[in-house]
Amino acid sequence: MDAGDIARAMTRIAHEILERNKGVQGLALVGIRTGGVYLAHRLVKRIQEIEAASVPIGELDITLYRDDLSLLKEQPVLRKTTVPFDISDKVIVLVDDVLFTGRTIRAAMDGLIDLGRPAEIQLAVLVDRGHRQLPIKATFIGKNIPTSREENIQVLLEEQGEDDRVVILKGGAL
Amino acid sequence: MSLKRKDLLSLAPLSVDEIRLILETADSFKEVTGREIKKVPALRGRTVVNLFFEPSTRTRTSFELAAKRLSADVINFSPSSSSVVKGETLLDTARNIEAMQADIIVLRHPSAGAAETLARGVKSSVINAGDGWHEHPTQGLLDLYTIRERGLSFEGLKVAIVGDVGHSRVARSNIHALVKLGAEVRVVGPPTMIPAGVEKLGVRVYYHLDEALQGVQVIMMLRLQLERQGKAMFPTIREYARLYGLTAERVKLADPKVIVMHPGPINRGVEIAPEVADSLSSVILDQVANGVAVRMGILYLMSGAN
Repeated sequence: MDAGDIARAMTRIAHEILERNKGVQGLALVGIRTGGVYLAHRLVKRIQEIEAASVPIGELDITLYRDDLSLLKEQPVLRKTTVPFDISDKVIVLVDDVLFTGRTIRAAMDGLIDLGRPAEIQLAVLVDRGHRQLPIKATFIGKNIPTSREENIQVLLEEQGEDDRVVILKGGAL
Repeated sequence: MSLKRKDLLSLAPLSVDEIRLILETADSFKEVTGREIKKVPALRGRTVVNLFFEPSTRTRTSFELAAKRLSADVINFSPSSSSVVKGETLLDTARNIEAMQADIIVLRHPSAGAAETLARGVKSSVINAGDGWHEHPTQGLLDLYTIRERGLSFEGLKVAIVGDVGHSRVARSNIHALVKLGAEVRVVGPPTMIPAGVEKLGVRVYYHLDEALQGVQVIMMLRLQLERQGKAMFPTIREYARLYGLTAERVKLADPKVIVMHPGPINRGVEIAPEVADSLSSVILDQVANGVAVRMGILYLMSGAN
C-alpha cells in the first residue's frame, strides 16, 4: 500500500464508522500504541471533516495485559494509557495498524474493560494479514493482505518520520 | 531499554538512564492507581514476599498494595511471628521462602548490608526496603518521582536535606541519586548528626538551618529518631526543634515555590511545625501515594523471566 491507498482506506473507514453508528453520538476512538494511536488521530480528523463533530480519543498501552509477559526475558518499556473520558456506555472503536494473531486485541479489550463497561467495542485496522490464534474479527478493515507466517508486515507512517506505506518483509526480519 | 538487574539494593550503582527508566515506568502505574479498578494482570502467578525484620507500616503496606495491584500473590513475613525467634539465620529463612518459589523478596533489616548478603545467597530478586543506616532505594526513588511530578528538573535543583543525616538511609539514597542527576544538595544538622567526610558524596555541609534554606526548591526533612535521644546527639528535643525544626517563618527563606518533603512518620512540633506539614507546599501525602506507583514500577521491571 502506498500513501494514496492508506489515505483512501482511512477515509472509507471513517465513513463506515459513521454509517454503522449513525453519526458520532456516544462514539469514541481508542488507538492502540503506537501505530494505532496515529491512525486513530487520522480517523478522528476525517470524521471531523465529514460530520463537523468531534469525537473523544484515547490512547491505550496494552503491555500490562500481554499474555506472554511472564515469558519475556526483559520487561517491555511501558508507555502511558491516556483515556481522558469515561468509556462506560460508549461505543468504543479500537484502532490498530495490523491485525494478526488477535492477541493484541484480546489484551486491548481486557485493558479497556478495566476502565469501564463500554456499550460496544468495535475494531478498525488498516491491514488484516490473517493467521488468527483467537476468535477475533475486525469490524472495519483497510485492506486484507494475505501473508505467510514467515513474512512480516510493517506499517510505516509519517508521524514516525517515514513516508506513509505498508511493506511486507520476507523471512520474518523486521 | 530495560533494567538488567537481579536486585535493587541501593541507588549508588544505578545509572541516570536506569533511574529515568524507573521514574517513567512509574508514570504508567500512577495512571493505573488513578482508575476505579486499580489492578492490572501483569504479575499474575508471581509471588512477592515481604520480609520485614523491623517495624514498618508505611513501606510494608505500600509494597503489599503495589504487589496486589499487579496481581501478584503477597506473603508478609515478620520475625516476631516466625522461626527467627527460634534462632534461624537470615539466609536460612530466605532459602526457605525461596523454596516456596518466591520470585521477589522485599527485605527490611536493621543491619546495613543485609540485603546484599541475601541477594548473594538466593536466586530470587531482592529489593532493599531499608537496611540499617545504609540505603532505602525505593524511598529515594519515590522522592525523585514526587519532585519530578511537581515539574521540577533535577539539573541544578537546590535541595536541602535536614536532620540526622548520619543515621538516615533515606538521606543516603537521596544524596546518591540527586547528585547523579545534577542537583545541588545541601545537608544540614547539628555536627553530631553530620557524618565526617560526607562532602565526598558531592554535597555541601551546613550547620545553620537558615543559611541552608536560602533559595532552595526542595526541603527534605528527616525524622528525628526520638529513640536515639539520650545518646548525646543533642541536649534536648526542645533545643533541637528550635535550631533545626522547620517553621513557616523558615520556609519563607526558601524559593517561593518550595516543596517540603518528609519520609514519615513525622514528629509534629519537633522537626516540622504542624502548619508546615499541613501547608500547600507540603507534598508528604503525595510521597505516600507515589510510593505505591513507584514500587509497582520497580516490581514490574524486576519481574522479567529468569
